[in-house]
Amino acid sequence: MATHQHPVVYLRPSGRFTRLNLRDLHEYRDLLYFLVWRDVKVRYKQTVLGAAWAILQPLLTMVAFSIFFGRLAKVPSDGIPYPVFAYAALLPWTLFAYSMTEAGNSLVGSQNLITKVYFPRLVIPIAAVLGGLVDFGVSFCVLIVLMFYYGITPTLAILTIPLFIVLAVATALSVGLWLCALNVRYRDVRYTIPFLTQFWLFLTPVAYSSSMVSPRWRAVYGLNPMAGVVEGFRWALLGKKETPGPMLAVSVVVVVTLLIGGLYYFRRLESTFADNV
Amino acid sequence: MSQTAIRLEGLGKAYAITHGVQSRLKYGSLRDSLANGVRRVFRGRGNEDDPAELFWALKDVSLEVARGEILGVIGRNGAGKSTLLKILSRITEPTEGLGEIHGRIGSLLEVGTGFHPELSGRENIFLNGTILGMRRAEVLRNFDAIVDFAEIEQFLDVPVKRYSSGMYVRLAFAVAVHLEPEILVVDEVLAVGDAEFQRKCLEKLRSIGGQGRTILLVSHNMAAIRAICTRGIVLSKGRIVAEGPVNAVADQYLAGALAGALAGALAGIGSDHSVETGRFVVDDISIRSLEGSVIKTFDPVEILVTMTAKTDVSDPGLAVAVLGADHHRLAGLDIKDFRTLQPMREGERATMGFRIEQFPFLPGAYYLEIRVGEMAEWSLELAGDPLRFDVVETPVYGGRRLTQSMHGTVALRARAIVSPEQ
Repeated sequence: MATHQHPVVYLRPSGRFTRLNLRDLHEYRDLLYFLVWRDVKVRYKQTVLGAAWAILQPLLTMVAFSIFFGRLAKVPSDGIPYPVFAYAALLPWTLFAYSMTEAGNSLVGSQNLITKVYFPRLVIPIAAVLGGLVDFGVSFCVLIVLMFYYGITPTLAILTIPLFIVLAVATALSVGLWLCALNVRYRDVRYTIPFLTQFWLFLTPVAYSSSMVSPRWRAVYGLNPMAGVVEGFRWALLGKKETPGPMLAVSVVVVVTLLIGGLYYFRRLESTFADNV
Repeated sequence: MSQTAIRLEGLGKAYAITHGVQSRLKYGSLRDSLANGVRRVFRGRGNEDDPAELFWALKDVSLEVARGEILGVIGRNGAGKSTLLKILSRITEPTEGLGEIHGRIGSLLEVGTGFHPELSGRENIFLNGTILGMRRAEVLRNFDAIVDFAEIEQFLDVPVKRYSSGMYVRLAFAVAVHLEPEILVVDEVLAVGDAEFQRKCLEKLRSIGGQGRTILLVSHNMAAIRAICTRGIVLSKGRIVAEGPVNAVADQYLAGALAGALAGALAGIGSDHSVETGRFVVDDISIRSLEGSVIKTFDPVEILVTMTAKTDVSDPGLAVAVLGADHHRLAGLDIKDFRTLQPMREGERATMGFRIEQFPFLPGAYYLEIRVGEMAEWSLELAGDPLRFDVVETPVYGGRRLTQSMHGTVALRARAIVSPEQ
């Protein structure tokens, strides 16, 4: 190719020193694009309901939550109508849960590619995570309808929404990286993921509000990054008074740490994937 | 830039073979690892000798491939060919040694890697192309050529799960050969598709080579290797055991492989395994090419029988026949049709036989049947069981692997005529 120069590639056993080398990833951005595109396309092609699934899942959960937590248990929802309160949290939660699950199983699911072709393996979990964004986009439209219905006008805070989406995706990716790399070695991980997702849901203020946690512990609660994401969503969309500041800061630090750790762990094991998967 | 495309120095790849419970062979379970970790803590460090044993799939491989060279990699199953290609294509890392790759490398270790059955041909071209390392713009640029090569134009928007296996393979190969890498690594993908498609593939590979690009080809189809490659290496048990011009290396490999496979059958030929008939002791039977260590189609071939008369024989006779794999007689020669033989005394020894100017059989397994006797009594006796020999694979008609059900056994010197000339 005249367009880009190919320097000498050295084949040697990798040492103890791991480099992230994200430039590699940039070279393969077209592959990333097509893998995401494939996942989305195939998912919508193979299912009868197609895009409706993206809406149904959070919507039905929202209905169930509204009946049991909202009506019967009377869980306080910070003065916001409970259905919107729950749905605004279910959106990022569904995005996170789906992306993390897909990423966690992604390497094992791409066995045939890994053993036959070279490309930066990072492309696989990243593509899996990004695939969740399309569903998210579809179900986001429902939220807008709900907000109209309940007469909620968003404030300028809505402009910060992309940040929270990025944070949710980063959380899913950072956990997904650890999971998928471990999954290659230990197939137990596959069975751990559904349990982890369920458990995590209880730890995240989706059905309830983080205001139930006393302010003193709120920052500690932020150690669960999804708590920061979910409260951030509510703040940005529904005009909750209280900014999730300190909690969010803790969440960001946790995600960044997890993500960098995950990237290094992944890169370290990358060269063994083809032999072990 | 240097003229070297690939340089390998002392490359080796080891896999751990774990002894013990079967299920632990491949995947560790988290429990085992945790248990081991705990045990290690209690036993203290330093005692980490695992029950794993190392298996060297590749060892001490040093090799230099020049730019524009087409190298055939020959070897039996498990010789390390695929491991070598996997290391070269960076799918797996070597355990030791160093390799240098000068230029973009494209590998084709499997036809249709990453094809998704639900997606259409058009969609799969893009998906597969980028998986193989092309940029989207490159796929776009080559799109028409790929569709053309695969001959699937009217099915472009049909999901590939509805394709015939022939169409599927054609499309997959078409994408791969349009990769335009400087170095192309190909593993055993020529075994698929129909005759015309195989010819196109071989021609395409040859033309890629002609453009100064480097190819490493692994195939069990020796005819294809001979047709395309300029140089060859033979791998055995992970090491390079032979290296040189492709025909010489292929001959050497096949002679070795045949010697191994046919040791039993050939034992009858050796002088210490003589066969006795009523009149003769047949000391030696041999069939060999005058052009190499193995027999190839159209080679000059000699069939010689050395025998000792047990009694006086007034009119010795010799007939040889070539039988097919099913012991059906394909051709026969009787020495009486050529000349009269002198009487032989008891204990007298003679060597006789035939030279066949152009051995007219296609690659495959054959049997040699020898009869000797006293023609004065019209008796010819079989000298033992028919002996197996092989005509090794050569590109008789272009390089495709020939099947006896289609091509029969007789080799024809032929060329195609099309009128009017296109």
